[in-house]
Amino acid sequence: MGRLTWQVATVAAITEETPSASTLVLDVAGWSSHLAGQHVDVRLTAPDGYSAQRSYSIASAPTAGSVEITVQRVPDGEVSGYLAGIARPGDQIEIRGPIGGYFVWPPPHGDGGAPVLLVAGGSGIVPLMAMVRARADRTPFRLIYSVRGPGDAIYAPELSRRVRDDRGLDVAYAYTRAAPDGWHGTIGRLDAGRLAADGWPADFRPNVYVCGPTGFVEKVADLLVAAGHEADRIRTERFGPTGGKA
Amino acid sequence: MPVISRGFTGRTRRDVELPPGQYLTEDFPVLSAGPTPRIDRDRWEFAVITDAGKRHQWTWSQLLALPSEQVTVDLHCVTKWSKLGTQWRGVALDTLLEDVESAADYAYVHAYGGYTTNLPLADLLDGQAWVAYEYDDEPLDAEHGGPARLLVPHLYLWKSAKWVRSIELTHDDQPGFWETAGYHNYGDPWQEQRYWGD
Amino acid sequence: MSSFVDGNALGGVLSEVFAVDLTGARGRCADCGHVAPIGETRVYDRAAGSVARCSGCDAVLVRVVVAPGRIFLDMHGLSFLEIPLENSL
Repeated sequence: MGRLTWQVATVAAITEETPSASTLVLDVAGWSSHLAGQHVDVRLTAPDGYSAQRSYSIASAPTAGSVEITVQRVPDGEVSGYLAGIARPGDQIEIRGPIGGYFVWPPPHGDGGAPVLLVAGGSGIVPLMAMVRARADRTPFRLIYSVRGPGDAIYAPELSRRVRDDRGLDVAYAYTRAAPDGWHGTIGRLDAGRLAADGWPADFRPNVYVCGPTGFVEKVADLLVAAGHEADRIRTERFGPTGGKA
Repeated sequence: MPVISRGFTGRTRRDVELPPGQYLTEDFPVLSAGPTPRIDRDRWEFAVITDAGKRHQWTWSQLLALPSEQVTVDLHCVTKWSKLGTQWRGVALDTLLEDVESAADYAYVHAYGGYTTNLPLADLLDGQAWVAYEYDDEPLDAEHGGPARLLVPHLYLWKSAKWVRSIELTHDDQPGFWETAGYHNYGDPWQEQRYWGD
Repeated sequence: MSSFVDGNALGGVLSEVFAVDLTGARGRCADCGHVAPIGETRVYDRAAGSVARCSGCDAVLVRVVVAPGRIFLDMHGLSFLEIPLENSL
């Protein structure tokens, strides 16, 4: 792999996923590959030399020459406000990556064939979506996606299509504040019951990936351990409290 | 040479005199190296320990009974933000050290939660430092260092230890938490003394 | 409560220093002996530098300070780091 350095990335396209989240396709010369779950660090520099840096999970499956990130605009976020609000195709930013060898699927050591449980809180869906997109095989996947309301769910149309067309992928939503019309389930935070109903039983020994705000991840990881899942088969990625990585 | 991103403005330097490399901020960023300590004012104590081992200490009510000052100072954080004209109330170190006898030249500052920093004793005197317990006329918030923090505005803000607990007066200079991690031992913002070796 | 992220946030800066990813490497806390992947440490990165703390006892494991043209790295809070030799990256 070798040591990483900052590289120039050119914004090739921007797609709005929700009113507050956008996907940027970045052209990076020499970008060869990455693993699902990895992230990039993004650095922006203003003409006066001021710079700011944040981390964003890679949303795309590996593709030579380009990488996609999905950015959730955070209130008063100086970097997310730029990326998901001001940036246009042709603009240049700096990125460093791909980064990460812990929160990746397939896991570097151990049971790559085990069923996979993905638990996403808000924008924590991004690295897990890369895993869904990279899957392309028969590994059984279950995704539990906790959002405030249906309008906050990123990638919803694609997830529906994949549930229909890909085989062995199940997606369950947990709505914490507002549910879609016709919803018969509860509204509220994820609890042990939802994890049991929509996840894998502990004795299936799934590889588990939990991503989202710190509080969400801590709570879900605790619930999974309490339900009998092995702690070292649960991999976590905590964003800051607002849901963005720092 | 970093790539400039079109349309990214971030924070701007205005027409004010800032130390080199600093940017003006209107908000008050919270920086912390660990969990925020929660200290009961009933159990809070501040101590000065001399090089001879003599301990001078104050409870919360004793601190508040001391003559205090309202000061307006500029803050310069080594992470490049500066906040001008901040208002604090606190007890000057000159007052706290009035009856303290010591031949020591250095101060090693301890905070609740384990943070430490160091500075020459002379930098705590002559109206340069306070144990501050009010910010903007309100009791100091825990995330900004309350119940009380050290305030030494002429040095980078990492020297203004939040949750200050005691100051040891020492003959030898003992680098603290950030000073042993690569930051400058003294930290004068006007000479841009950010890192070890600067 | 000061908020933290996790060791994945150190991946970037460490990747400029080391040729292998360390977020999956397990480290032993020199204070309490807890062993966990660096990716699971509690990282306070809104500070003058990044501080990774033990998720068992909160002791400081790693400190990273980025300066122009150089990085200061302190790992003395780890009594060991177990780095897998065959690296998939």
